[in-house]
Amino acid sequence: MNRFLPDVLIHTTEMMKNKHVAVIGGGIAGMEAASVLARQGLKVTLVEKQKATGGKLNDWHHLFPDFSSPGVVVENLDKKTVRAGVNVVCHTEISHIERNNGRFELSDQRDVKIFADAVIVASGFHVFDATLKEEYGYGLFSNVITSVDFERRMKKHGKLLTLQGTEPRRVAIIHCVGSRDAKVGNIYCSKVCCITGIKQAIEINKMLPECEVFCFYMDLRLYGSKFDSLYLEAQKRHKIQFIRGRLSEAAERPDKSLQLKAEDTLQGRPLRMNVDLVILLVGMEPALSNSSLMRNNQMKPDENGFFRSVNMHEARNVGTQEGIFMAGTAICPMAVNETLENARSAALEVMNFLRTDKNHGGF
Amino acid sequence: METKTKTRWSEHNKEIADDHFFYLRSCIRQNFNPAAEKIFLSILQKNLGKDIYDDPRHTTCTGIGYHADIVPFETLQTVIARQFSLMAEKGYKNCAVSCITSFGCYNEVLATWKQFPDEMAKAGENLRKATGREFEMPENLSHSCDIIYKFRKEIARQARYRLVHRETGEPLKIVDHIGCHYAKIFPEKSVGGSEYSRVLTGMIEAWGGESVDYPERRHCCGFGFRHYLIKNNRSYSISNSRKKFVSMEPYRPDAILTNCPGCNMFMDRWQYTLAQIEGKTYGGGTNGIPVLSHEELAGLVLGYDPWKDLGLQMHQVDVEPLLQKIGIVYDPAQKFAGVNGKYINEPLFTGCFNPHN
Repeated sequence: MNRFLPDVLIHTTEMMKNKHVAVIGGGIAGMEAASVLARQGLKVTLVEKQKATGGKLNDWHHLFPDFSSPGVVVENLDKKTVRAGVNVVCHTEISHIERNNGRFELSDQRDVKIFADAVIVASGFHVFDATLKEEYGYGLFSNVITSVDFERRMKKHGKLLTLQGTEPRRVAIIHCVGSRDAKVGNIYCSKVCCITGIKQAIEINKMLPECEVFCFYMDLRLYGSKFDSLYLEAQKRHKIQFIRGRLSEAAERPDKSLQLKAEDTLQGRPLRMNVDLVILLVGMEPALSNSSLMRNNQMKPDENGFFRSVNMHEARNVGTQEGIFMAGTAICPMAVNETLENARSAALEVMNFLRTDKNHGGF
Repeated sequence: METKTKTRWSEHNKEIADDHFFYLRSCIRQNFNPAAEKIFLSILQKNLGKDIYDDPRHTTCTGIGYHADIVPFETLQTVIARQFSLMAEKGYKNCAVSCITSFGCYNEVLATWKQFPDEMAKAGENLRKATGREFEMPENLSHSCDIIYKFRKEIARQARYRLVHRETGEPLKIVDHIGCHYAKIFPEKSVGGSEYSRVLTGMIEAWGGESVDYPERRHCCGFGFRHYLIKNNRSYSISNSRKKFVSMEPYRPDAILTNCPGCNMFMDRWQYTLAQIEGKTYGGGTNGIPVLSHEELAGLVLGYDPWKDLGLQMHQVDVEPLLQKIGIVYDPAQKFAGVNGKYINEPLFTGCFNPHN
């Protein structure tokens, strides 16, 4: 017993030690929330469907806006979860959350059962399937790739080549693929694509200084600190050309280069150009597992299919089912630093809930 | 209006009626390539055993006039209401539309009536005042290419020829051109959507050919209504057609397949005009690239006579090179013999260049 704490806090700390929190999703949001809670003395189980934690960041080459390594972020989070004593369960995909007698029962398809006093859903996001934008030719033409493919290629090979093995002389980066697009059912902004496009354009220029890079955008949504300076740097130092206009269609030419049709809305005229490679900045969609995680409880989707918060201003991490909380991109698209902040905020909400939950010996 | 698709359009299949069609002809096709419509009826009735009614009382849909801003939308709606009235009178519920312009107009009117019931009531009132008729909504509206697509495998089973080069055994390379008003206005009313419509490629592949993608596949054929109708704009029309030919030329296609009477006409005739302007063709050699409609291609593989049954002598670009590649037996002497063997006169020359010059 800690003799420096008042009795009421000592009682709370002891009570908290018996609480168990389950965190669904071993991406960066889940890892951060789990390690924060475990450091506060709670028992925490982090459940990840893949073979390892780290989520989509495992595939990323560099982070915006500072070109830092995502591997370092994941590594640090891994250390924190280990140090805090988080119980990490991989290869397990939770598909069922039900509240019975005040406790939560989580299960997967193989009868794995986890019981918890509170749950954090950090199921992350699903990358927009670019084949749905047939007019852009992803999946049809070998030299149309996505921003995710770009990161994977850069991480694996450290260079960017066309399918024919040549260095591209002209690259077009297409913004808002699967975002702000009623035709594919996603009317929201994925928020991080603009700055991702700028980052990738600069990386291409650094790697291939002779390569011309064109960004086709609707408007540039550079909300973060240092994002605008990166945009200016892209134009001034790296000669990236920004064209305000959405791509109308991409078509493959006999030599496997791509013919693009777009409208330059600043010049007010149609534009046709040939490029060697097209990169589609694919947006974020709700994770595919969301619907099953909402099925047996009171969790609700928002208008975009992400998890609905009880209050988007004051209780963004609090789900519509009492005792279930959300962290990171399960709520909406967000960047890495926002995700980590959001995860810490979710952990705090869980602490507050468990302290006050009458059903679980709170007070 | 927000549409949530979340599906690949290329996998989209519309509902196409199985039988009992009311035929709605094309006003321009009856002038350009009349046998294409006749052979569609023959294929449905004789080869597929389907019931299709060809009502002599039905009229143009007025679509070309509508798109040229000559015919008001109210008139278009009333004329279409009359076609539906004739159909209901004969006990039919499934429309089989011959023309892509008409297909777009019918869909536009049906969509308007669905969203604005007052417009439908007004069209009904106009029809009543003008003709004393009442009309009923169709249960299914399909273009003739939808119907050929639906039965493409049955046609393949009955086919006498395949779209394969008789000497090399290689599949013939065929580029398709989908009429703009087939899928660009209402993608959900098409087979496979507007970007990569399956309706013609499905036929090409089912009959042994190879569908070839080309960069300007979705570009307008150059018809564009007022671009052609106003004489001063015709160079604009030709320049659009040229874009398509330039784009498909490197693939050396054996034929162009279209599903639209206007596209068929323009892609065929403008090849001659371009040859006269530029002194070259885009098919290699002097002939150009033969242009066929889906009914004509179906008729060819089923073994119908290219002249007597399919009227392919009405085409500007000679189809004989294509017939020879497929191995279709035909009599060159019968090209201008007519249905009853009566000489129908022939032009000074066919193809893209005058051999006498």
